[in-house]
Amino acid sequence: MALKNINITINGKNLTVPEGITILEASNRAGVKIPTLCHLDLHDLKMVNKTASCRVCIVEAKGRNTLVPACVTKVYDGMDIRTNSIRAIRARRIAVELLLSNHPNECFTCPKNMDCELQALAAELGIREIKWEGEKIDLPIDTSSFAIVKNPNKCIMCRRCETMCNEVQTCGILSAISRGFSSFVGPAFNISMAESSCTYCGQCVAVCPTAALTEVNNTDQVWDAINDPDKYVIVQTAPAIRVAIGELFGMEAGTIVTGKLVTALRMMGFDKVFDTDFSADLTIMEEASELINRLENNGRLPMLTSCCPAWVKFIEHQFPELLDVPSTCKSPHIMFGTIAKTYYAEKNNIDPDKIVVVSVMPCLAKKAEAKRPELTKDDANNVDIVITTRELGSMLKEAGINFNTLPDSEFDNPLGESTGASVIFGTTGGVIEAAIRTAYEWMTGKELEHVEFTQLRGMEGIREGTVKINDIDLNIGIAHGLGNARKLLEDIRDGKSKYHAIEIMACPGGCIGGGGQPYHHGNIEIIKKRQQAIYNEDKNKAIRKSHENPYIIKLYEEYLGKPLGHKSHDLLHTYYTAKEKI
Amino acid sequence: MTVYRTNILVCGGTGCVSSASLDVYNKFKKLITSAGYDKEVKIIKTGCFGFCEQGPIVKIEPDNVFYVKVNKKDAEEIVNEHIIKGRIVKRLLYKEPNSKRIIEKHQNMPFYKKQFRIALRNCGLINPEDIYEYIAVGGYEALGRVITKMNRDEIVDIIKKSGLRGRGGGGFPTGIKWEITKNNHSDKKYIICNADEGDPGAFMDRSILEGDPHNVLEAMAIGGYTIGADKGLIYIRAEYPLAIERLDIAIKQARELGLLGNNILGTDFNFDIEIKLGAGAFVCGEETALINSAEGKRGEPNYKPPYPAQEGLWGKPTCVNNVETFANIPAIILNGYEWFSSIGTEKSKGTKVFALAGKINNVGLVEVPMGTTFREIIYDIGGGIQGNRKFKAVQTGGPSGGVITEENLDTPIDYDSLSSIGSMMGSGGMIVMDDTTCMVDVAKFYLEFTQDESCGRCTPCRIGTKRMFEILTKITDGKGTKEDLKNLEQLSYMIKDGSLCGLGQTAPNPVLSTMKFFKDEYLQHVVNKVCPTGRCKGLAKYKIDPEKCVGCTACAKVCPVECISGKLKETHVIDQNRCIKCGACFEACRFNAVIKPK
Repeated sequence: MALKNINITINGKNLTVPEGITILEASNRAGVKIPTLCHLDLHDLKMVNKTASCRVCIVEAKGRNTLVPACVTKVYDGMDIRTNSIRAIRARRIAVELLLSNHPNECFTCPKNMDCELQALAAELGIREIKWEGEKIDLPIDTSSFAIVKNPNKCIMCRRCETMCNEVQTCGILSAISRGFSSFVGPAFNISMAESSCTYCGQCVAVCPTAALTEVNNTDQVWDAINDPDKYVIVQTAPAIRVAIGELFGMEAGTIVTGKLVTALRMMGFDKVFDTDFSADLTIMEEASELINRLENNGRLPMLTSCCPAWVKFIEHQFPELLDVPSTCKSPHIMFGTIAKTYYAEKNNIDPDKIVVVSVMPCLAKKAEAKRPELTKDDANNVDIVITTRELGSMLKEAGINFNTLPDSEFDNPLGESTGASVIFGTTGGVIEAAIRTAYEWMTGKELEHVEFTQLRGMEGIREGTVKINDIDLNIGIAHGLGNARKLLEDIRDGKSKYHAIEIMACPGGCIGGGGQPYHHGNIEIIKKRQQAIYNEDKNKAIRKSHENPYIIKLYEEYLGKPLGHKSHDLLHTYYTAKEKI
Repeated sequence: MTVYRTNILVCGGTGCVSSASLDVYNKFKKLITSAGYDKEVKIIKTGCFGFCEQGPIVKIEPDNVFYVKVNKKDAEEIVNEHIIKGRIVKRLLYKEPNSKRIIEKHQNMPFYKKQFRIALRNCGLINPEDIYEYIAVGGYEALGRVITKMNRDEIVDIIKKSGLRGRGGGGFPTGIKWEITKNNHSDKKYIICNADEGDPGAFMDRSILEGDPHNVLEAMAIGGYTIGADKGLIYIRAEYPLAIERLDIAIKQARELGLLGNNILGTDFNFDIEIKLGAGAFVCGEETALINSAEGKRGEPNYKPPYPAQEGLWGKPTCVNNVETFANIPAIILNGYEWFSSIGTEKSKGTKVFALAGKINNVGLVEVPMGTTFREIIYDIGGGIQGNRKFKAVQTGGPSGGVITEENLDTPIDYDSLSSIGSMMGSGGMIVMDDTTCMVDVAKFYLEFTQDESCGRCTPCRIGTKRMFEILTKITDGKGTKEDLKNLEQLSYMIKDGSLCGLGQTAPNPVLSTMKFFKDEYLQHVVNKVCPTGRCKGLAKYKIDPEKCVGCTACAKVCPVECISGKLKETHVIDQNRCIKCGACFEACRFNAVIKPK
């Protein structure tokens, strides 16, 4: 349907724009910048924050008694807008000054220093003094969880996190509490994050403009381990890191920096630099076997992937009656931790107690996952420290490593070898595509000619495809974002699901859009570029199917036996527990 | 139906109930029953008479005798003298404080003389807990007429021509609101009665609901029929237990008689009403906040558009009207729009109910035609200022309004005249202040209220009103500067201009209007560090008169913070910076040398 065009005036300039757009969108077209703060338009993720609460974008509209927020006010024919009148500029400035008057004045030591949208706005508006000194909100900082730190004193009530948590992720954990000056955002009844049903997906952190929501910082633990001569410190990096960390050093989004990343990690002093991609291949060996097993033996269908710990926690809280649908496979980095402290330790004669496994993840939920009781009951069975892409970036800067000029190098072996199938784990649809590449060949006994299942790719929140394997039309569903996942789960619960296998990732775009990645500040193009980079990295790989990874084959030959065998069951699989929904 | 020779009407409004009118009611019951008159004398618990100052009120009909300040013991005398012997109990009649005249009939009292009751017409007349009494005074006739004889456009036309405007404060034309909601097509629509009355000191809506609940139910059904809603919701604060109880009874009775429910009066019109309790947040009086709260969400407003008429309760077209607005509807239908529009001013038709409070003789609830002047309300109806003190100002519009001073006392009250003098109609609070009231303190009082009642959504209201309150506190503490006055004004304009909803957009009004009319008083506080009324304790100064001080040291000995210095037999001095204004020195001085602040 073609939109009607209307005529408006912005700062005296006549414009023709489509009806129904906001003043902000219209002024962007006119090349007029209106500063914003609470506004966040993640259109492709179906999230637009419409709280209009910060009042930074207020402008004059002729005929209106008050100033109007440009982010939510729609233009109408003949509208006469002034974005730069002294009245609008003064009001905007006071709005920012008021926010600053209730904000801890500690930019130097703030985790969001130089990455804070409020700080940037204050600079942009040239704020030189905070005129409205007065009481500041003073609430305890919530450090109860292993993943997310919530500092309500830095909350500016933009409510982006609330929109993300409620509308996109449908978790309903974060909402505004209390009223007036005492308002802040937190779980209902102000319980702690740890007591809540939070999945730790970290998308609230990804969209928070300030440091009201940040990750739990584990960088000191990493430095301590590296510098402990008694420890053998192994690092693994997730597939999504190599296509994003370059952004922290000024590189274009989507730049693939795998080689530089390996060099940098080695320079930091890790004893071995391995790749989570290796254990992603291992995951496929087990998960594809499990899918085939369920298909052939009338097992529970659909089978859901289990790589994403936020998604796993989501189902435990929200759909405890469906805990038999996810695959029992541990997530790739946890599998890695297990293999490192068993197979690798034995093979190289290292005391597993001395091994410290550090995971570099795009994710905050991985921090909490590594502390799950069933994954930590055996000391030689776990991941010790999880840091995010951002934390690694700050460590590299602290260590004075000039990332941009580093030469490339290769991962160590054997746990550094990987295939294209494992690389695509980093984006939505990748895990299931990798599993199909293997399942197809195993079930048909034939070689797969076209390994790229383009029908499963993209950014749509829910996607589906059908792959013919022998006489089965295998229906595959994909969801990213927990709100989309909820829809597929409701269908399963109601017996309406037509799928055999479903991949779910909690974060929009999959791991490339994880809560531990460099901040996108609302620019979804960044996530799309990372996705393209992932596909390119897959293309560049010599081997593109997990079961062809020579070191994986060797691992089974030397140690595990066969997929779903006794030993692999023992080491590589886990279980889920129904949890309360608060 | 039993016919009684005498009705004893006992006020059952919250005001009189809190002065123990229920004891009086029970006493009457007991006395009449034991005297064997219960077949000829009926005791009726009514809604509010309005003259709360004189409560508990008892009225004897058909004798039309109005007793005031009646207690349990007086009930005995009324029964023995008036009911049995037909002799009026003179000592319980109203005595006009200025002329000292005794007035027997309420219509002769100055308090009632200039009133004109439409919304309150049945309050104090009927038993609100008996639907038949409402029907006996013409109740549900308008509904019957509407659903059997009129089409929806006709009703809209009548309401539009009547000139009725929203009584909740905004003054939006009710007919247009109904028309817009009617014209928005949807499978489901709602009509909501906004009974979240939150202005400090206002109790108009409470009294209407307590005294005449069926009037509101009938109006909601008429509105529902007009806009095409089959569901009505009354959003009422839980702090109004009596109103809730009476609404509950009224809804049940209306359902029993088929006046609510399916196929009302044999037509195909279905309509029912549900009560939704609010937790008493001022901001929930804002219609989008009310709808959020009714849906179980956080009570905070949304940006408009969309307006509730487009997307309201559960996303459906919804019409939200205030209690008092509804209370006018049946009367308009029955008496015609010509009648209603003949009352009032050019742009504000009908009457307005005000809750008269503050330093005024006749505290209570009054309903006057639009266009009545402040002077008439304050001096004629209100009986003037308590203790014959000097009038200083009157605040309308509650925390959203402003002060009106002597120079505007002859302004005829309507929506537009009030806006033009810097205040607003609001929902009807009217607080009268005398010369002992400090205007900075008044502004601080309102800002303390609004910053506490702010929902916290938008920056100007959440942080800005807090900062305004802090600046005002600084001024009343004697620490204010001229710079603070400038900042206060600047912040006020920004908050008006930049806030998301009406609460924030009007919150600075009390400050701006007191600064406009009482600038000198602000300057006295910040420049001379004096509160002319002595209300601001932070500015109060104890001083020692050197002429009278003999240097006995008694004051220095009792001072708990040891801020009085001086040698024996020499004049003592108070260190103002350390003085906590406890007054101990004043008490201790035997030579009247310590001067107490006003």
